[in-house]
Amino acid sequence: MSVNTVPCTVKPTVTLQIGDAETDSSRPGVYVIDVTLPIGQTVNIQEISFKNYYTAYVSVRLLRRDGEGAAKWTTCLRNHCLMPSPHTEEGSQDYCSVYRQQMLIEPDNVTSVRLILRQPSSAWLNFSVEDIKIHPCLNEDSEWDIPDWLSDLTQVDQLCDLQGLPDPQTVSSSIQQMWALTEVMQTNQTTASIGRFDVDGCYDINLLSFT
Amino acid sequence: MSRKLTTQVAEMTLAAWDLVCQECLHRPEIQLESLKEDVRNFLKASGWERKLQNAVYRELHVQPLPSHPAAPPEHAKEPLAYMRKAQVNWEKRILKSLNSMCTELGVPLARKRPAVEQKELTNKWNEMGTDEPDLSRFRPVYAPKDFLEVLISLRNPNHDSSEEASAKSHWGLIQVPLHDRDIPQMREAYSELSLTTGQLGIDDHTHVPPDLFESEHTRIGKKVVNEQDSAAAQQYSRQGCPTGLRADLWALILNSTNEPEDVMHYEQLKAGVIHHDLLVDNLIYKDVKLTASNDDYYFVFEDFLYQVLLCFSRDTAVLEHFSYNSATPPKSYIQGKVGVEEFAVVYPPNGVIPFHGFSMYVAPLCFLYNEPSKLYSVFREMYVRYFFRLHSVSSSTSGIVSLCLQFERLLQTHLPQLFYHLREIGAQPLRIAFKWMVRAFSGYLSTDQLLLLWDRILGYDSLEIVAVLAAAVFAFRAENLMEVTSLTSAEAVLADLSTLKVMPLIQIFLFATVI
Repeated sequence: MSVNTVPCTVKPTVTLQIGDAETDSSRPGVYVIDVTLPIGQTVNIQEISFKNYYTAYVSVRLLRRDGEGAAKWTTCLRNHCLMPSPHTEEGSQDYCSVYRQQMLIEPDNVTSVRLILRQPSSAWLNFSVEDIKIHPCLNEDSEWDIPDWLSDLTQVDQLCDLQGLPDPQTVSSSIQQMWALTEVMQTNQTTASIGRFDVDGCYDINLLSFT
Repeated sequence: MSRKLTTQVAEMTLAAWDLVCQECLHRPEIQLESLKEDVRNFLKASGWERKLQNAVYRELHVQPLPSHPAAPPEHAKEPLAYMRKAQVNWEKRILKSLNSMCTELGVPLARKRPAVEQKELTNKWNEMGTDEPDLSRFRPVYAPKDFLEVLISLRNPNHDSSEEASAKSHWGLIQVPLHDRDIPQMREAYSELSLTTGQLGIDDHTHVPPDLFESEHTRIGKKVVNEQDSAAAQQYSRQGCPTGLRADLWALILNSTNEPEDVMHYEQLKAGVIHHDLLVDNLIYKDVKLTASNDDYYFVFEDFLYQVLLCFSRDTAVLEHFSYNSATPPKSYIQGKVGVEEFAVVYPPNGVIPFHGFSMYVAPLCFLYNEPSKLYSVFREMYVRYFFRLHSVSSSTSGIVSLCLQFERLLQTHLPQLFYHLREIGAQPLRIAFKWMVRAFSGYLSTDQLLLLWDRILGYDSLEIVAVLAAAVFAFRAENLMEVTSLTSAEAVLADLSTLKVMPLIQIFLFATVI
């Protein structure tokens, strides 16, 4: 997961209900949340992350700008299950992510994201998702270019006659890896606690603190 | 990765490196191609590969699934905010209670023993039970029934409980909507306990010829122990462990070793006990005297219990399990350095404050292991895998909240008349069954039956079977319970479980109940 997020505005939740919202006594089972980018900006989405709060299913629709500049809504995720059993707690407060690879269409040139939340169970007073974040794709072009003289050094010396012995590069890199592993393990061991519960031999403590 | 796994990988790598160096010294014209294969074969033949497999298997069982990168550490301990809050409040009460005991009695939380006292304790180490210290001033920090009240009051603020009584209402005391499994789902999950599969606890009865099941099962058990395979041992344990093999099999399932470093670790803990006297030590003494020492089966092990529990309190390795336990270890500061983080310590060193009945988690293990360091090693692993869930507030499927809910739901679904009757007479079933489940039935069943139950806890890596047994016990005594007219008489009907045979009860409840 990338730490990069795109600044966006989360609009207030819209309820979808049959009948008059004011006189109807039952609670809504569908909410819609729109997340918009600043005007003029588009994003290629890598990931949409959020924290669940008792939403059972989420569908995601994207407003994408095509080549001619016209905007079009498409569904990229349909009824993704967040709570396997909507009447019970499993998954109700989990942190979730929807990744590019899970989406039905390419989430590129997106100007707006619409989350449609469903909770069919009447057991819950409220449901929503929190902390919605949109993570853009990282640049794929490498910013680093190996200088020519460095790449010359790493070329295998092809004049050496190996005479059936295995490639010295492979052998030396495997041995080096094994050596590095032992070094890492040994340093890990020394930093691990050696089980002392006192501070310099002293364990005269105050009363227990609760903050 | 836990400290133990890191150590094992390091040792294995060093052993392999040793071999490589030896080969290089003794055979100058080494075959580099075969070296890789040689090392691999060496690791297999010397048992290192199996050891590593078992260690990784242990980690997979104990560590929770990797969490979402955005999730904070407290979410890994317990995902539901209201349960975290309830656990924090409960812990505050315990700490306040311990602090007031400390100030009222004028006993410090920790005290360095003078040299004379240290020498005395070292000499008396194997017979601490003969000591009769004055424990009358000490009282247990809490008893299971106090904890039950906390669980009863648990509420999800987002849960709609305003509805009138309906088919969906829950008649029991636990009012949180956790997920539980019904009998058809459990029949699939516990398929090895079905009526057509052989079981120790049923098919090893004296009337049943051993050729039908017992001999073959024991033969397979010996093979599993020889192979030293944790995963195989766990699968095997589902049908019960033969008495002669149980100690080895449990140690294998828990990947609990008794290598020199484990013995040394135990000696270190013993030194910790000798050097410092802790207030919780008195709680442990009191608990052992009140529970295990009064029990016909366990009083002979009194000395062992002190040797294990006092060391357990000093073991900082136990702190690792708090990453997946909803509880948090109590904190204190060195005198005069309050608020200075470099002088912050955990109290007791293992972060676990014992409650009334805690020693019963250790007592049954004394039948299996007579070497203190081995007994300690197995107990500690059982605690950080299972027992901690029985006295902390969490939404885990093996947690005590889930077990209570599971018990109540099974009863309401399959014995509705009984449940309704007990409710009407003011005898909520959970009030009777809770104490059994908190101790995983230790001290209530006869020991051979208890060990058969714990075989399945290990085999299925879950405490769910404890809730099933509790419901099965009520089902078994249903006729008598329908006659009673008060909580006291209901308790009397269920007071003595020592004659019960657990496996037939569980089997009948799971596989013979009409759905």
